[in-house]
Amino acid sequence: MNPSCLLEAQAISKRFGGVRALHEVSLTIRQCEIYGLIGPNGAGKTTFFNVLTGLCTASSGNFNFAGAPLDISAPHLVAQAGIARTFQNIRLFANMTALENVMVGRHLRTHAGVIGAVLGCAATRAEENAIQQRAVELLHYVGIADRANHLARNLPYGDQRRLEIARALATDPKLLALDEPAAGMNATETAALRVLIEGLRNDGLTVMLIEHDVKLVMGLCDRVAVLDYGEKIAEDVPENVQRNSKVIEAYLGA
Amino acid sequence: MSQANKYYSGLAVLILSLLVLPFALSAAGTAWVRITNLAILFVFLSLGLNIVVGFAGLLDLGYVAFYAVGAYVYALLASPHFGLHLPFWMILPIGAGLAALFGVLLGTPTLKLRGDYLAIVTLGFGEIVRIFLNNLSQPINITNGPRGITLIDPVRLGSISFGRSDQFFGLVLSGPMKYYYLLLLLLSLVIVVNLRLQNSRIGRAWEAIREDEMAARAIGINTTRIKLLAFAMGASFGGVAGGMFSAIQGFISPESFVLTESVMILSMVVLGGMGNIWGVVAGAVLLSFVPEMLRYTVVPLQMTLFSRIVIEPEVIRLLLFGLALVLMMRFRPAGLWPLRARQREFHKQAAIK
Ligand SMILES: Nc1ncnc2c1ncn2[C@@H]1O[C@H](COP(=O)(O)OP(=O)(O)O)[C@@H](O)[C@H]1O
Ligand SMILES: [Mg+2]
Repeated sequence: MNPSCLLEAQAISKRFGGVRALHEVSLTIRQCEIYGLIGPNGAGKTTFFNVLTGLCTASSGNFNFAGAPLDISAPHLVAQAGIARTFQNIRLFANMTALENVMVGRHLRTHAGVIGAVLGCAATRAEENAIQQRAVELLHYVGIADRANHLARNLPYGDQRRLEIARALATDPKLLALDEPAAGMNATETAALRVLIEGLRNDGLTVMLIEHDVKLVMGLCDRVAVLDYGEKIAEDVPENVQRNSKVIEAYLGA
Repeated sequence: MSQANKYYSGLAVLILSLLVLPFALSAAGTAWVRITNLAILFVFLSLGLNIVVGFAGLLDLGYVAFYAVGAYVYALLASPHFGLHLPFWMILPIGAGLAALFGVLLGTPTLKLRGDYLAIVTLGFGEIVRIFLNNLSQPINITNGPRGITLIDPVRLGSISFGRSDQFFGLVLSGPMKYYYLLLLLLSLVIVVNLRLQNSRIGRAWEAIREDEMAARAIGINTTRIKLLAFAMGASFGGVAGGMFSAIQGFISPESFVLTESVMILSMVVLGGMGNIWGVVAGAVLLSFVPEMLRYTVVPLQMTLFSRIVIEPEVIRLLLFGLALVLMMRFRPAGLWPLRARQREFHKQAAIK
């Protein structure tokens, strides 16, 4: 495997009964790259994320991640390996505050158990402080620190998207997979999101991006893959993808 | 007075009144001390169930099974039935541990179930345990079947037996009064455990599972482990409560561990305000005492009015439970004393209307 390659998907297939949601999709994502995944509705983009993050089992195929085979048998193992994601229809912990949402994101990288919590020993308290401090930092990072004590359900839409990203970042990922983060955002919010994603990459993160906003994808991504009916029909730099006749026919249209 | 000072003086007053309470109660009759003891047991049980239902959001209708496990462990290890007479401080941890094991036993096959489906399976589990207790008298007599186990040892600490009265520094403490103080001590422990867990890494993970299990899995929470932990923790509290129940009553039979008990404990959790520890305490106290008070007023009232009992107190009790829940759903859908989050949520809905 190429040392600069972070994720390698090998012939991933997924069927839902008669529906071929993914068919032998192979792709590679390099370190520090922003990699776009586009395609018409129902093409299998979200399904690819679900298979990658262990939320649904692949019919066949496998992944290599950071130089080792990726165990996708349980979602927490994928998160442990360093892949975090957001959801197309936002899935926050609605009745917890923004801060608590991000604090839960630290679960994976912290250790306190029942006994530590009950006894309230020094190590547990120190860890608890560190969790909170990191969560506040991340809220600042995505720009919603002033909302820390608001319930997630009461945040405006754009802030909910940002909170979901902060929560994903709390797991210390190497690869961040964003499922249509700009959906439902206005032009200003989308521009701000773009700055945020570019910032993530500059801070050393690799980003995989599902997005319908063609302008955003083409402007932001280093490379783009196009899915159609579960098959990868193109993978290239944005300029070439935009000129690809198969892509124009299937997705970009007139 | 500063906020902290107010808090501590409030707490001091509360502790002091709880300490003198049994003396006031025994003036009204020893029965009231016993009733209070049972109420504390129910608070204890409700707090245990709150971990599963309130924190982790797993609807459990078979909670009484763990209460039964704890009760039978105590009864079998401290009664003439097997001729074993272990001390209570040894039995309670065994009961808690075995109940926790049963919690895992119930949790493992139900990991993928939620809501109504989970409720039905847990309900079945509660019944299975009860039926086992009823029938484990053959071929080897373990539980003594429906006749139950009698002559269970009271709690003993050194030379002090909780089964009889004693004099301490000129104060006469009856058996139930001693149990009261022991229960109060155990209850404060369980409240501290609950409070500490709620604001911990584990507590947040439970809450996350309650809010959105798929998102919780995606951010790396091992939901299998965290859910089983909730079942085991909740069950172990049930086990301790069961052990104390055995010791206090001196007699147990499967009849004490029927579905209605599970429903009652769940009602206490829901009425008080799922997930909020003080709400649950309030709910349990209310639903334990009000029916007893009625028992003492309704029976004499009926006797004077009709010179016979028209409606059994037990029936009235169930009627009241139903009524309380209906009224709650109508006027305070998040419980009497809801969790901060839910409170705001329901408030907001009201504001929108
Ligand atoms: N859980 C599921 N069960 C059955 N079919 C599904 C499921 N998830 C997705 N599909 C189907 O798989 C196909 C791909 O869906 P999806 O990955 O959501 O597309 P996209 O995200 O590209 O819009 C669609 O035909 C969809 O109906
Ligand atoms: Mg999708």
